[in-house]
Amino acid sequence: MREIRLMKGNEAIAEAAIRCGADGYFGYPITPQSEVMETLMALKPWETTGMVVLQAESEIASINMLYGGAGCGKKVMTSSSSPGISLMQEGLTYLAGAELPCVVVNVVRGGPGLGTIQPAQSDYFQAVKGGGHGDYKLIVLAPSSVQEMADFVELAFDLAFKYRNPAMILSDGMIGQMMEKVEMKPYRPRWTSEEIANLHPWATTGKPKSRERNIITSVELDANAFEVFNHKLQKKYQQMEEEEVRFEEFQCDDADYLFVAYGSSARICQKSVQILRGKGVKVGLLRPITLFPFPSKKIAELSNRLKGILSVEMSAGQMVEDVKLAVGCKVKVEHFGRYGGVIHSPEEVVDALEKKIIGG
Amino acid sequence: MNEEIIIAGFGGQGVLSMGKILAYSGVMQDMEVSWMPSYGPEMRGGTANVTVIISDSRISSPSLKMYDTAIILNQQSMDKFEKSVKPGGVLLYDGNGITRHPQRKDIKVYRVDAAEEAARMQSLKTFNMIVLGAYLKVKPIVTMENVMNGLKKSLPERHHHMLPVNQNAIIRGTEIVNEVTG
Amino acid sequence: MAIDIKDIIKPENLVYSKSSLLTNRPMHYCPGCSHGVVNKIIAEVIEELGIQEDVIGVAPVGCSVLMYNYIEVDWHEAAHGRAPAVGTGIKRLLPEKYVFTYQGDGDCAAIGTAETIHACNRGENIVMVFINNGIYGMTGGQMAPTTLQGMKASTCPFGRDVQRDGNPLKMTDIVATLPGTCYVTRQAVHTAAAVRKTKKAIIKAFENQKNKKGTSFVEVVSTCNSGWKMTPMESNKWMEANMFPFYPLGDLKNE
Repeated sequence: MREIRLMKGNEAIAEAAIRCGADGYFGYPITPQSEVMETLMALKPWETTGMVVLQAESEIASINMLYGGAGCGKKVMTSSSSPGISLMQEGLTYLAGAELPCVVVNVVRGGPGLGTIQPAQSDYFQAVKGGGHGDYKLIVLAPSSVQEMADFVELAFDLAFKYRNPAMILSDGMIGQMMEKVEMKPYRPRWTSEEIANLHPWATTGKPKSRERNIITSVELDANAFEVFNHKLQKKYQQMEEEEVRFEEFQCDDADYLFVAYGSSARICQKSVQILRGKGVKVGLLRPITLFPFPSKKIAELSNRLKGILSVEMSAGQMVEDVKLAVGCKVKVEHFGRYGGVIHSPEEVVDALEKKIIGG
Repeated sequence: MNEEIIIAGFGGQGVLSMGKILAYSGVMQDMEVSWMPSYGPEMRGGTANVTVIISDSRISSPSLKMYDTAIILNQQSMDKFEKSVKPGGVLLYDGNGITRHPQRKDIKVYRVDAAEEAARMQSLKTFNMIVLGAYLKVKPIVTMENVMNGLKKSLPERHHHMLPVNQNAIIRGTEIVNEVTG
Repeated sequence: MAIDIKDIIKPENLVYSKSSLLTNRPMHYCPGCSHGVVNKIIAEVIEELGIQEDVIGVAPVGCSVLMYNYIEVDWHEAAHGRAPAVGTGIKRLLPEKYVFTYQGDGDCAAIGTAETIHACNRGENIVMVFINNGIYGMTGGQMAPTTLQGMKASTCPFGRDVQRDGNPLKMTDIVATLPGTCYVTRQAVHTAAAVRKTKKAIIKAFENQKNKKGTSFVEVVSTCNSGWKMTPMESNKWMEANMFPFYPLGDLKNE
C-alpha cells in the first residue's frame, strides 16, 4: 500500500535516512535544519533498525565522527546549514582525500557570516567547486521538493558508495521547512558486518588474519605518488560526469528562451514559465538535479536553438558561471536572483527574463 | 482547482497549525498541497505566516507574492498582506485588534470575530478553528469530512479527545462569518 | 676460541624480541624520541591482550602521523585534533571493537581541545593516549599549549611569556574532572621502570574499555630532543628537572 504523508523537508530527510538503512547520524543544531536531528531523536531508530544518532559538540566533531564511521564501511550522514557546513570543510576534504563515502545535507541559509536563517542558494560554489583545500569534488544533489529530500538520501548514499566519495544534498531553508506530500520507500535493512566486509574490503573492521590491514588516510609524503593518486581522483570525477548527470526538463521542446534553475528556484521558475506561456512567450526550464556533475552537455545542446538563457538562483550569481561555461558565448546568458535570504517571486523572474533577455 | 492562501498573524495564534490542518485536509481529498511557513526568531512572539497551496495539479512555486485568499489575524499582517490579494480574491480577517480595516474594493472582504467568539465559548485555543470554519464557509474547497480527517492526522493521538471541541469551533466559524460590504 | 654469532642466536638464548604486531618498517622518529617507545608499548599490549583482530587505531597529525605504518592493526589517520571525534564515530558504530586514539600536545590540547574534552565528557568507551613533550616536533619546534613557562621554542625564542602566551595547559587534570573518564593517569618512558609502569597503565586502559567503563586517558610526559635541542640523555634529565614538577607523574583518577 502506498504510504502518503505530509512532512517537512527536514523531517523527510530523517525518516528516509532510517528507511534506507543508514547506520549513523552525527550532527549539531542549526536553523533551519534542526528538525533533522530532532526527528531522528524522536523516532529512536536505535531501538528499531539499530541506527546510531548522536549530537556532537560541533560541526567539526560531527564531520569527523562521519570520517570514523565511514572508514568502518558504515552508512553515515550529517546535516547542517551554511555556517555549520563551512566548519565541516576540513572534514570534507579529508573524507574526499581518504575516499570515504558519506552523506552531508546542507539546508542553505543566507550568508556571508552568520547571515540570516532564511533560504538562500549562495553555497553553490562551496558545494560544487570543492569547498575545502585540494583538488576534489563532492557529488551534489539538489532536491526541489520534499519528496526529493526523501528520495535523494538513498540516492546520495548509493552514489557515495559507488564512487567512494562524499555526497552532498544541497537544499535550502525553503525546501527544508516546507511541508508537502511524501511517499516513503520501504525499509532497506542495514548492512551486516559480513556484508560490509564483502562489499567494502577497504573498511576498517578490525584486521582479520585473512587480509592486510586497512588504513584510512589522506597523507602521502611523496609528491610523485600523490600526483598519481590525484590522477585517480580526477578519473573518478570524469566518470561521474559521464555517468551521473541528472536533470529535469520542463517545457523545453519548443522553447525560445530557457530558465536554468535548481532546487527552490526551479519551483519558482515553473510558475514563471506558466505565467510567460500564458502571455505566449515560449520559455522552458532546465532543472539540474546533479550540480556536480553539472548538466553542461544538455545545456550546450539546448543552447543551439535558444535565443537566450536566464540562470535563476537565490545568490548573487554562482551557477550562472557554469551555465556560461556550458554555453560558451553561443547565446546570451544572464543571471537573476534575490539573495541574502530573500526569495524571488515568480513575477520578478518573469520581469527579469523580459528585461534582461527578451528585451535586452 | 488551485487555491493559494496566506494565513498571517501573531505567533501563538495557531497560524501554522491551522495551515497544517488545511493542508492535511487537502491530502485527505487526494489533492496536491504545499505548506511554507515563515520561521525563526520572528515566530517567537512576533508575526507568523504560512503559505498554503491546495491544487488538483502539480504545485510549482510554494512561495508566492500574490494570493487567492489572505487570512489576516492582526494589524501588522493587514498592513503587509492586504495588497497581496489578487484582484477578485478573498480577504478574511478577525476584527479583534484591527485599527485599520481593509480598504480595497476589488476583492471580497469577510470578517469573523473569532477571538471574541472563542472567549465567549471559553475555549481560547479553538480560535484558529473558528477562523478555519469561516474560511471553509467562504471557500468550501475541502469537505468537512476531510477536514476532520485532516485534523485527526495533524493532532497527536493524545489530543484526539479534543476533536469534538475543534469540530464545534469549525462549525461555529461557518455560522458567524460575514461578508463586509463597503 | 672465536664465538660464532650463529651459535648465540638460539631460542633458548632469547631475552627480548619485538612484538609481532610491530611491522618491519623502520620508524621515522628521531633517535631518542619517546614516540617509538610508546608505539612499541601499544603494540605489545594489543598482542598480549590478544585483541589485534578487534583493534582500530586513530593516528593524529604531528610526529606520529605515520604511526599506522608501525602497528599491524586497522587504522584511521585523523585530521589535526579530531582523533577523539573520529574515535567516537568508530566506537559508536562498532561498539564491540577496541578503539584507541594517539595524539600529541598540539593535537590533543590545542586545536583539538573541544574534541578531547567532549569525548571524555561523553565517556566514550575508548583509550586515549596523549604524548606531551611541550613542543611541536614535526613542524620544527614551535610552542605547544604545554610548553613550560620560560621554555624556548621557535615561536617563543626568548621563552614562553605567560603574560603574552598564556600558561601551559594541564589537559590531563582537566579531563580528570569530567565524569566520563574512568581512568586518568600521567606516566613517562624515560627509564625501564617508567616504561613498565606506562605499559601497565595502557593495559589497564584497554581492560577498562573491555569492561565498558568509559574513557581512559593516559598522558605520557615525553622528550623531544630535536625540538629541545639536547641529546637524548640531556633531554631525560631536563624532563625530570623541569617537566615532572609541573606535570607530576601518577594516577589522577582510577575508578
